[in-house]
Amino acid sequence: MNAAPAQAPDAKPLLEVQDLRVEFRTRRGAALVLNGVDFEIRPGETLCVVGESGCGKSMTALALLRLIPSPPGRISGGRVLFQGEDLVTASDATLRQVRGNRISMIFQEPMTSLNPVFSVGEQIGESLRLHAGLDARQARARAVEMLRAVGIPAPERRVDEYPHQLSGGMRQRVMIAMALACRPDILIADEPTTALDVTVQAQIFDLLRELQRDKGTAIMLITHDMGAVAEMADRVMVMYAGRVIERGSARQVLDAPQHPYTQGLIECLPALGSSQHDDRAELTEIAGVVPSIWELGQGCAFRERCRHALPRCAAEVPPLVDIGGGHAAACWLRAGDAAAEQAR
Amino acid sequence: MTAPLLAVEDLKVHFARAGRGWGRPPEVVKAVDGVSFAVARGRTLAVVGESGSGKTTTALAVMRLAPITAGRITLGDTDLGRLEGEALRQARRRLQFIFQDPFSSLNPRQRAGDAVRAPLDLMKVGTSAERTDRVAELFAQVGLRPEQQHLFPHQFSGGQRQRINIARALATQPELVVCDEPVSALDVAIRAQILNLLARLQRELGLTYLFISHDMAVVEHICDDIVVLYLGQIVERAPRREFFARPLHPYSVALMSAVPTVHGGRARAAARIQLSGDPPSPINPPAGCRFAGRCPFSEPACATEPPPLREVAPGHAVRCRRIDVVDGTPRPILQAQAV
Repeated sequence: MNAAPAQAPDAKPLLEVQDLRVEFRTRRGAALVLNGVDFEIRPGETLCVVGESGCGKSMTALALLRLIPSPPGRISGGRVLFQGEDLVTASDATLRQVRGNRISMIFQEPMTSLNPVFSVGEQIGESLRLHAGLDARQARARAVEMLRAVGIPAPERRVDEYPHQLSGGMRQRVMIAMALACRPDILIADEPTTALDVTVQAQIFDLLRELQRDKGTAIMLITHDMGAVAEMADRVMVMYAGRVIERGSARQVLDAPQHPYTQGLIECLPALGSSQHDDRAELTEIAGVVPSIWELGQGCAFRERCRHALPRCAAEVPPLVDIGGGHAAACWLRAGDAAAEQAR
Repeated sequence: MTAPLLAVEDLKVHFARAGRGWGRPPEVVKAVDGVSFAVARGRTLAVVGESGSGKTTTALAVMRLAPITAGRITLGDTDLGRLEGEALRQARRRLQFIFQDPFSSLNPRQRAGDAVRAPLDLMKVGTSAERTDRVAELFAQVGLRPEQQHLFPHQFSGGQRQRINIARALATQPELVVCDEPVSALDVAIRAQILNLLARLQRELGLTYLFISHDMAVVEHICDDIVVLYLGQIVERAPRREFFARPLHPYSVALMSAVPTVHGGRARAAARIQLSGDPPSPINPPAGCRFAGRCPFSEPACATEPPPLREVAPGHAVRCRRIDVVDGTPRPILQAQAV
């Protein structure tokens, strides 16, 4: 069945994020787009971050490397501890040593995140020259090696080509080669396969898994596809309106989701095999849309769309409480259960 | 089966491209190369395939928005391919299009109500007062509030914008609605709302859908029949239940096995049939089977003889020489691992 996670469960975390807050200054005042996000990434594991657009997934990733457009945005609180250093307060020089070297990132759009006027070899080699001190010739040789590692045919020829000469799948492989060139400890992948066909997506996922196995890289995968989560994740973190609303191991979250939002995300999509048994049932809907940052009010941000909303949900934000075995959810329905459990 | 509403026979859409260099002949991109299918009234035909397979070009040709190189497209008794000028313009009210991207397919400076009203004005449907009533009715049908007619597109979410697109497509009471990936640009949580809406409208209005998608789970949910395209040709055509119970063409099987599922998880990923590389170029497609270069089951003959699309079971046609029919039942050469 499932391969055991590459690390011991109690391994020391590589990266610890504590109470991370990000606000954007707007004409209507400060908007808190991340509100007390806590999580950790352990060596060699895959953490999937799930949620709809606007829930803070990409913002979390950007905040880790202090890449939030500033102004108007800024990190207004919290810590990002990486190897004992707080990246929120670290100097720019330190951050440059971390970005693209110890922690690297793959962006969603392979077309716009590659520079059209440099060959892919030059772009892969750039970080190697900067971080590993290689000269141009060594960097090129290493770039060829990386292209081969990510499964691009004829890498000696491709290394001198430009992004427009490559297909979408190949561009995403180039992005991965770039991100992995310096053998980072952590790879952040922000919806790396959204723009790609399923067959290419399958190739990219296989590639990520293989590279993780060989090099022990921890992966933070941002996605909205629960199928992808099931395939890739060791642990899952579900976000909604700038907060973590559920987290746990992949099996805990997928097999027994506790937050109504997580349940909705899993139920709302048609599953393969529907033609064989049902009489074309209606799909379960999550009503409504993600509220804007100004409509959050006091209580749980999901209450307007929730099937089980209680009076208490409108008054107080539910805390993220552990419901056993590292599985936690932020919902008053579960908070009651957890309290009862503790009383017993 | 009753006479189909839409019949496409041997459709070809070729685009000429300037040759590379002096004196070289122009290259021809064979985007759609001999595609035939039919859709019965009130049913949904899904067209699936990877990018570059020709699915959107097929849809555009049906809409008469792409040049038809050869072949015949009929809608009811009308030969769509032959219509020109005013007759074609009038026929357009019978077929409408829902685009993939709800952001770029609405004019940012046009109010939502005006966008839905535009086709009525263009086609001079009814009096001005009747058009106003019709717009209100359409808004109600797609689940928007009447006062939202006065808002601009940027004031709507992606899902609501797709509802406006649907209302606009339905304005002229079309018979055929071509949906080009109508949910793939939407958030997962919103997709179910739009899919349920499309299903309800089909039930209520008797619409016929040509549904273009690459998402096999969505297609399985919504279609009645399915056509799989690869490099401009149909490689498999079957009714929904038969196809999803037992896809026959190696490409269809690979496509199905590539879909990640919540319950399959890593076991399914490990059992996956790997396709290597990208599809070949539609400029110079391979002489034999177009899939042979990526097919794990190709034999030497596959590379030289183009396989015909042959019917192996009632309504189930496949373009692969390696599918045997034993006692009237087709035998798949490979089976996706049941997970």
